[in-house]
Amino acid sequence: MSDQAFVRREIIEEQTPPLTAFGLVGWLKSNLFSNWFNAILTFISLYFIWYVLSGVLPWIFLSVWNAGSLSECREIATATWGDSHGHACWAVIKDRWIQLLFGFYPSELYWRPILAFVLLLISLAPVLYTSVPKKIFYLTAVYPFILPWLMWGGSVWAYVSALLGFVLGYAIVRYTSEIVGQLGAVILSVIGAIVWWLYIGPLLLSQGVGAILPLALEPVISRDFGGFMLALLIGVVAIGCSLPIGIVLALGRQSDLLILKTISVWFIEFIRGVPLITLLFVASTLLNIFMPPGTNFDIILRVMIMVTLFASAYMAEVIRGGLAALPRGQFEGADSLGLNYWQSQRLIIMPQALKISIPGIVSTFIGVFKDTTLVSIIGLMDPLGLSQGIRANAEWNGIYWELFAFIAFLFFIVCFSMSRYSMYLERKLQTDHR
Amino acid sequence: MSDLAIDREVDRSQMQVSDEEAIQITEMNKWFGTFHVLRDINLTVNKGERIVVCGPSGSGKSTLIRCINALEEHQRGQIIVDGTVLSSDLKNVDKIRSEVGMVFQHFNLFPHLTILENCTLAPIWVRKTPKKEAEETAMHFLEKVKIPEQALKYPGQLSGGQQQRVAIARSLCMRPRIMLFDEPTSALDPEMIKEVLDTMIELAQDGMTMLCVTHEMGFARQVANRVIFMDQGQIVEQNEPEEFFNNPQSDRTKLFLSQILGH
Repeated sequence: MSDQAFVRREIIEEQTPPLTAFGLVGWLKSNLFSNWFNAILTFISLYFIWYVLSGVLPWIFLSVWNAGSLSECREIATATWGDSHGHACWAVIKDRWIQLLFGFYPSELYWRPILAFVLLLISLAPVLYTSVPKKIFYLTAVYPFILPWLMWGGSVWAYVSALLGFVLGYAIVRYTSEIVGQLGAVILSVIGAIVWWLYIGPLLLSQGVGAILPLALEPVISRDFGGFMLALLIGVVAIGCSLPIGIVLALGRQSDLLILKTISVWFIEFIRGVPLITLLFVASTLLNIFMPPGTNFDIILRVMIMVTLFASAYMAEVIRGGLAALPRGQFEGADSLGLNYWQSQRLIIMPQALKISIPGIVSTFIGVFKDTTLVSIIGLMDPLGLSQGIRANAEWNGIYWELFAFIAFLFFIVCFSMSRYSMYLERKLQTDHR
Repeated sequence: MSDLAIDREVDRSQMQVSDEEAIQITEMNKWFGTFHVLRDINLTVNKGERIVVCGPSGSGKSTLIRCINALEEHQRGQIIVDGTVLSSDLKNVDKIRSEVGMVFQHFNLFPHLTILENCTLAPIWVRKTPKKEAEETAMHFLEKVKIPEQALKYPGQLSGGQQQRVAIARSLCMRPRIMLFDEPTSALDPEMIKEVLDTMIELAQDGMTMLCVTHEMGFARQVANRVIFMDQGQIVEQNEPEEFFNNPQSDRTKLFLSQILGH
């Protein structure tokens, strides 16, 4: 028998780990003071955090809430805390928060944007969470028509007619694709929908139901839109439209059809190569030159289109990244089972490519939403534009930080929610069990 | 080379070869760019035949069977699968693909779907089978490959051998007339090769027409009724397994066999 041979006769009793390995002490040791260098870093970081908070927290909490002007704010601060610096003047937010939220939207009609926002949350619920009843999808489907009606007002029939155009287009695809083939059905449905929107719809509107049952909301003009409401409106439309357009562009770029591919590549490269602000200037000034005289193309609509196109180009590249990350075998697996192009895209490729792209997609969403503040440069009254207006006022001349902090807070809530949701979704969709 | 299949009793009584043609390839040529990968391929496969294709890597054997279900496009010659001429017409391509099952080296299961969903997807969307019926069929074939208890798991939770058996079941759910195997055991650990080969042998005993690219010579001896040796894009030699292994004719075949069986 060699020296290494060994047989255990007794089982060693279970013992508690040493004090330095668990509990508070263990945690402190392993996370903050594992060696002298980390200990120094810990102290430096703690000092830095204390330094920042000792400046920021008193500014936020030792602040003036009731005052009529910035100078009054300063007087109160001096009287209470001795010096005029280092204390926020939240009185301006208390005075103007409604304006920062709604712009110059008529105050008796505030219920309309609020209702639109609540309906937005409800119609998003089934998209975001699978546990929500599927019936709400009907609301989601008609929400794109409810939103502009509530926001801009006017006759409900215009929006019903627009919706019916889509229904007609869908019905044509549904019932003629057997007879004329898929491509033929799509072309027919586009023609059908356009004929409906241009000729039949308006005719019904002026002669038919529109005259008999004038169900209309008081119109609100785009000039009066503003505040965080405007940022949300542009952001939601751009986010909602850029994802499907981005998917189509990404597929176009991957396509074997040369012309489709070339168009997609050039569109993406052009839009990505141009700053958003130039596109917005084009929307606000140049576009009117190209339009036939007399056409009144709504400025907010123009901006929405530009922001959407901008977001779509980025979205397309993010999704292309997801497509590229998929192994070729997934495409071949789908092909070998006899699935056609659209089936394999919808059932196999896109669910996986989109899942891979979730962090990038949500980053793009967040970026687009924050970029909506750029519309202030072309004269739309988004929160930043309004903050300039408020500052131009004699009472609040010279106030910066409080307004920006409030606006930043509003944006942060929305962006942070999106970011958290994306993390939730990534966890939920994880099926690879690595 | 593992000869794991060699120690098993294989019942060849059910393996009837009919006179009907399942696949007919005539004068088929294919190029990758300017590289001539397949040269004048002529091959007829009758219903019920089990054919093993072997050869050194880069000899075009995978490309050959991938041409049969149009995963690769051939440029010259004709391929007729189960009476349908393979052309660029997408309807024909989809029809052939739904009649021809394919098993890949890397399984190519869909990781975002459960095993059961993997198996029912194509029957539901391509064959328009009602969901319930598709699920019953899927469970039938999952039992046949001996993993019904994994039906609700995801592919990532299964071992390689189990995944490959699911891939075989997934193909069978489409009730294919012909099965193509593209190196089905090459990505597996040795102890998992046996379970996949067992499944394939069972399939052969049921009379399935099979075209199999593999290096499992034990499988070839036991199950195949014809072995094809390819090199440099051409069919160099084909014969019955006994003759092929014991009495190879071409020098190239002799060299290849000595390399893979010699140790």
